[in-house]
Amino acid sequence: MAKKSYREAINEAIAQEMRRDENVLVWGEDNAGGAGGEGEQDAWGGVLGVTKGLLGEFGPERVLDTPISESAFIGAAVGAAATGLRPVAELMFADFMGVCFDQIYNQAAKFRYMFGGKAVTPLVIRTMYGAGFRAASQHSQTLYPMFTHIPGLKVIVPSSPYDAKGLMIQAIRDDDPCIFFENKVMYDDEEEVPDDSYTIPFGEANVIREGEDATIVAFGRMVGMARQAADALEKEGISCTVVDPRTTSPLDTDTILECVEDTGRLVVVDEGYPRCSMASDVSSIVAQHAFKALKGPIQMVTAPHAPVPFSPELEDEYVPNADKIVAAVRATLA
Amino acid sequence: MQMNREDLLKSYSTMRTIRDFEERVHEEFASGDIPGFVHLYAGEEASAVGVCSHLENRDVIASTHRGHGHCIAKGCDTREMMLELYGRGEGLCGGKGGSMHIADIEKGMLGANGIVGAGPPLICGAALTAKYKKTGGVAVAFFGDGGSNQGTTLESYNLAKVWNLPVIFVVEDNGYAEATSSSYAVAGDQLDRATGFGMPSARVDGHDYFAVREAAGEMIERARTGGGPSLLHVMLDRFFGHFEGDAMTYRAEGEVQNIRDNKDCLKIFRKRVTEAGLLTDEQLDKIDTDVMAHINACIDESKTASPPSLSTLTTDVYISY
Amino acid sequence: MTKDIRAITMPKWGLAMTEGELTAWLVDEGAFVDEKFEIAEIETTKITNVFESPISGKVRKLVAHTGEVLPIGALLAVIAADEISDDEIDNYVSKFQEDFVPEEDGASDDPVHQKITVGDHQISYLKIGDGNNDPVLLIHGFGADTVSWMFNQSVLADGRAVYAIDLPGHGRSSKSIPDGSIASMAKIVSGLISALGLKNVHLIGHSFGGALAIAAAEESGAKSITVIGSCGLGKEINTKFLQGFIDGKRGKHLKPVLEQLVFDKSLIGGDMINEVIKFKRIDGVPAALQALVDSNFANGLQSTDLRGILSKLLIPVSVIWGANDEIISVSHSQGLGSNVSVSIIENSGHIPQMEKSSEVNDIILKSIGN
Repeated sequence: MAKKSYREAINEAIAQEMRRDENVLVWGEDNAGGAGGEGEQDAWGGVLGVTKGLLGEFGPERVLDTPISESAFIGAAVGAAATGLRPVAELMFADFMGVCFDQIYNQAAKFRYMFGGKAVTPLVIRTMYGAGFRAASQHSQTLYPMFTHIPGLKVIVPSSPYDAKGLMIQAIRDDDPCIFFENKVMYDDEEEVPDDSYTIPFGEANVIREGEDATIVAFGRMVGMARQAADALEKEGISCTVVDPRTTSPLDTDTILECVEDTGRLVVVDEGYPRCSMASDVSSIVAQHAFKALKGPIQMVTAPHAPVPFSPELEDEYVPNADKIVAAVRATLA
Repeated sequence: MQMNREDLLKSYSTMRTIRDFEERVHEEFASGDIPGFVHLYAGEEASAVGVCSHLENRDVIASTHRGHGHCIAKGCDTREMMLELYGRGEGLCGGKGGSMHIADIEKGMLGANGIVGAGPPLICGAALTAKYKKTGGVAVAFFGDGGSNQGTTLESYNLAKVWNLPVIFVVEDNGYAEATSSSYAVAGDQLDRATGFGMPSARVDGHDYFAVREAAGEMIERARTGGGPSLLHVMLDRFFGHFEGDAMTYRAEGEVQNIRDNKDCLKIFRKRVTEAGLLTDEQLDKIDTDVMAHINACIDESKTASPPSLSTLTTDVYISY
Repeated sequence: MTKDIRAITMPKWGLAMTEGELTAWLVDEGAFVDEKFEIAEIETTKITNVFESPISGKVRKLVAHTGEVLPIGALLAVIAADEISDDEIDNYVSKFQEDFVPEEDGASDDPVHQKITVGDHQISYLKIGDGNNDPVLLIHGFGADTVSWMFNQSVLADGRAVYAIDLPGHGRSSKSIPDGSIASMAKIVSGLISALGLKNVHLIGHSFGGALAIAAAEESGAKSITVIGSCGLGKEINTKFLQGFIDGKRGKHLKPVLEQLVFDKSLIGGDMINEVIKFKRIDGVPAALQALVDSNFANGLQSTDLRGILSKLLIPVSVIWGANDEIISVSHSQGLGSNVSVSIIENSGHIPQMEKSSEVNDIILKSIGN
């Protein structure tokens, strides 16, 4: 076992599955990077290098560069999945869903249901999300709530390198269409990741720490923020449970409810917009099913109802952080 | 291109099945028994059957909202299709899809589709599967003149050519995208579009089964042997409106009657094969009788068949969840 | 008395440990401690352990706070005689903290896990130490790995090579176990000993590994064997533990299962439970564990009786058992032959080599000869 980055963990997961199953193929814009040019053929390995090296091992039949045509190549992934391949297609930034969403939410998500249970569409769409790169409104959004809304999709939001590898292998082996959200700010985060292949089941929340005073449910990059907040609060004698649901669909509501029943207070942290978000979703689930356990108002820590700004000062203010989570925990305890 | 008598009978029978299926659905829809929307393919049969008569189960097609003809031509069970149109539990999709989502993946029918232009990207994927697995299979995207204007379709021309995929794009040009004429809404020429992407293409008279079959055969053979994608522009006419209930006030007076009288692909087929002495009127009449009886039986059964169990409301959303 | 100020620092237990959490001080400032006096509890990612003072003297200052996570080598406490002033102590602490640089990952000379092929298996092992004394081979139990020996391996490696192995289906070894019977697994152990070229090896096995040590003793030409809470010496075994270990997928289910391993339940921390969950997620592991249970403990009873073999061994045999073992009863240590020396460890469960490591280390050192 060695320390591996979030990027390396995802790359290793894909490579191991490609070795195990020859029907796993990878494609997307610049996933090799360099096709047709006179220079290096594996020049980029994806715009942030996640698929780097796969071309060398698996060749251009299994690692394909695509034209900048998200509808065509995401749709091709759906069609290939429905006919016997297990594509791992990259939608570079989740923001680009706007140009290909039909193929995801009307086609991949609904085949099984519309076709009376006869379709199998084992597709993984990898996509980057999240603010922090000074990439402004069209390259920074946290859009997993929009995918979570759609029945038929599974939505994965890994918060650490270890989880990213196990969840990616699970996603590739899973027979349903999976949307795998990678936070671009986390690619260089490192931790111990086993060399062996392993899977983490979907719908199984990770209770990262257990406390007595409040439950913080956080997603993706926000899990790290929640841990920082919990550390800070611990010093003041406020102990928090931190829950990382790992997948937003399926969502481990049992664990969330159990934790809230134990602590009586809930703070939900979601990097997405506040309306119709995971924050509002978890809040409503808890309000419906654990109302009697609540000792204080539910608090949501989210981005504001505004696009992601460009200016570093504005963007830093935009993203939830540990201080805002600490304030929210205090507010629910007040 | 030689066809034996058996193939000719089969093609006629398939076209007749589509025609009767659609004519009867038209009648029954008017009586209010069939829920939802239906978009009928009557008049266009030579296209679906001319292309699909070359195809096997390893080959995949994607269809449109006007999908019944493609489904039947690709081998979907008409009884189960009719049950599906009525929203019955024994329907081909368990009553969950309906007219616009009939699919039978085992038969290579990747679905009718409620979204115009959704099929071509899917078909690129199916073609990649065939190419990667070296099955020798091809993939055919059927879409209309309306679908030809979607970005998805044009992106797919490009991707299919870039990846050299075994795809045949079949533009079924019935002259209208819903109520808007293709003479208004389609800029340039469909064949020039193909040329722009470096794809071979051809235009055929879609009322002539043999013309469609011959042109498609050449393209399918090229695709099977690694020659990449082609585009077939099929000129044809629909007998009915965009959807059932469409009064077709945008069409010229007498337009449909003229088509029925002079451009009916079934009549043209019959004339050709009987004059050439390949088949007799008796043989074809028997098919007409048998097919109509079969379609009527499908309708009779569908009218009284059970609806889906309510317990299936939330099944098959996922394989596991 | 010495005028020196001496530091007590975060210990390194086992290779994987890079930091530890001080979960409790067991002494107050001002206390006199002897070497080996239990002064603190430290939680690692594997298990919580009692930390025995490496030196004796007066505890002048407890520098680390309860709940603090500190890297190896970080200052925990300061030992000094009374005549050293508080200012001198404070200066010492400030200087220590200023100069302290945590060891970089991978920069150390730590031994690394190696692999060797034995039949169809890739067996991973960790070798610590070298010297002329006869080598030792450590064999872990069901569901465990080399970490079982994190408090023992270095201590035993004085003047000798000590090998800790990962059995097939465990740790870093290949995961496939076509036949999990004690006989076939013992063949893999003797095959490994031969592949490593070990002669006169002292075999030390825990639980299921104990049975393998007994079964492999003759063929591998062992010089002595030591078994801890061993299988093969009685019928009963806690199959609820075994199945719970396999089936438990979440912390709250596994915690009570793992707590059966120890006398002091507080030793089972969240990190240890997570390590077990992570282990079981690896491809092939659940099947391997189930194969072991099905081959050896079907119908809730141990299927192999090794008492006969044990009584005929002509080499020194040492049997160690936790008095409070909830997995395999301490009663299985009774009635063994006169060639067997039995040690019962009080206030210890099934893993005394972790729970009471220093007592167990002393017993082993005595039996393998120092």
